[in-house]
Amino acid sequence: MRAGRRLLAGLLVLWGAATLTFLALHLIPGDQVDAILGPSLSVTPQLRAQITAEYGLDHPLVVQYLDYLGRLLRGDLGQSYQRDMPVGRLLAEQIGPTVQLALSAALAAFVVAILAVLVTAGSGRFGRWLASVIELLAVSVPNFWLGLILLTVFSFRFPIFPAVGAAGPLGLVLPTATLALPLGGVLAQVIRQELELADGRPFAISVRARGASEVHLTLRHTLRHAVTPVVTLSAWVIGSLIGGTVLVENIFVRPGIGRTLVGAVVSRDTPVVTAIVLLSAVAFVVVNTVVDLLYPIIDPRLRAESRT
Amino acid sequence: MSVELALSDAVSDEAPARVDGRSRRIGAWLGATLLVLVLAVLVFPEWFSSGRPNATDVRHAFTPPSLGHLFGTDELGRDVYTRVVYGAGISLGIGVLAVGIGVVGGVLLGLLSGLGRGWVDTVAMRVVDVLLAVPELLLALLVVAIIGRGSLNVALAIGVAAVPHFARLVRGQALSVLRSEYVEAAKILGVPPVRYLGRHVLPNVGGPLVVMASIGTGSAITAAAGLSVLGLGPPAPSPEWGAMLSEGQAYLGTAWWIAVFPGLAVVVVVLSVTLLGRGVQARRLR
Repeated sequence: MRAGRRLLAGLLVLWGAATLTFLALHLIPGDQVDAILGPSLSVTPQLRAQITAEYGLDHPLVVQYLDYLGRLLRGDLGQSYQRDMPVGRLLAEQIGPTVQLALSAALAAFVVAILAVLVTAGSGRFGRWLASVIELLAVSVPNFWLGLILLTVFSFRFPIFPAVGAAGPLGLVLPTATLALPLGGVLAQVIRQELELADGRPFAISVRARGASEVHLTLRHTLRHAVTPVVTLSAWVIGSLIGGTVLVENIFVRPGIGRTLVGAVVSRDTPVVTAIVLLSAVAFVVVNTVVDLLYPIIDPRLRAESRT
Repeated sequence: MSVELALSDAVSDEAPARVDGRSRRIGAWLGATLLVLVLAVLVFPEWFSSGRPNATDVRHAFTPPSLGHLFGTDELGRDVYTRVVYGAGISLGIGVLAVGIGVVGGVLLGLLSGLGRGWVDTVAMRVVDVLLAVPELLLALLVVAIIGRGSLNVALAIGVAAVPHFARLVRGQALSVLRSEYVEAAKILGVPPVRYLGRHVLPNVGGPLVVMASIGTGSAITAAAGLSVLGLGPPAPSPEWGAMLSEGQAYLGTAWWIAVFPGLAVVVVVLSVTLLGRGVQARRLR
């Protein structure tokens, strides 16, 4: 019942996103035929007529809309205006490096956050103050600037990592750090607050009363409580990683969806842009729905609550 | 803005405020001081630099930072410090304009859905759900793809991308005020809607809106600089910070200062806005 409602809500959002991208494709100022042809030199009336027929632009808007939805359902993301290939194939070629970068950044951010919390836990006023200053910096420093600093120091001053491209695991280090440090700062903030909350709970007192060490208490008990709320942030993490990869891929000149997206915005290749927007909405909805359905399994307290 | 929102969603309500009131207050004062300085730079750039932002001096290109050129010079011998000073107006202008667009759009959509109830509310909130499912940067890029590049278009794009966040906040506040007893009383007394909207609803929506807008200004400035870094902002000779950073990136190996200082300016502004915003937020919650 609840699962069904969640799925329906997710589908509604996806339908809305598809409608949004359809509108975006047809809202472009000027003639859509011109957008498709680009700044080409000689456009004969025959060519215009041919394009109009090919894209079905002579049909009523409603027909075009239903057509568009139908094609999306069959997994057809349309045709790129600039590159003579289906958008689906174009993105399939580019998605590998982006997923690799996003996954390694997510993992690194989580590890950094946990380590930061464990190191500063119980380190007194100064430790907490220092941690909050670093976390403030992490949320305030734009990732494009962080990437620039890392490049200056670790690629040019001390040439440890390559400055450009996706060559090998070494090339992944700086882009990963650029994405992971700000994200880690946010996650650390959440985990630390929850850890302090769990530390005052009765179960923590009873574990202490059994004579268990503080390390045992943190690792075996309170840390688990502190990490579960991070799961609810998953969809936000995915979103900020997708946004982040756009800038990082361009700063580090890495191939990927982000570079493709900016290239498409510059050349006004709208079908590529709308397809990427649509895919990111799909990722968001899927992750959100999965998290929502899994959360009671991860956190047994919620199951007890819903039963009473 | 989205960072702060995500945080408030994830952390349990009972979690203790980690930073105590005193450091918040110190932070807010620090932020306010920095911000006053930044505003002074913005309004009176000539007080802070005697040069002109686009004056070239090719013989002194790529001069490292020194007393004569605090932030060094770029590939055309332009003084990076002077350019950063004169760029403040453009970079901050775009960010503030974007937040303004987001606030106006959000208030209109949020009030429409809060007051309209019924299917108007349902449709408006579904639209907001859809927009929230797309990362703000991607939404802004989609808008730029439709309307084209340039500073005004960047501001519009970032503003549009912020609308759903503001709309959701305004709707929630408006609904809770509309259900309150004093508005019920006003309705029963026959007070016309325009009166109780102006006297009760808007002032109650205003407070949280100001907090969110002030925190959102930081991320709007970052987002605007980010779009410029991607080459979508104002065209070449503009001393907009993101554009300077993007141009300077080509010389990172030999002349790091060209790109690093404009970025540092963004960091200082965002930091001061965030500190001030958090301070104001803490005051309101007290």
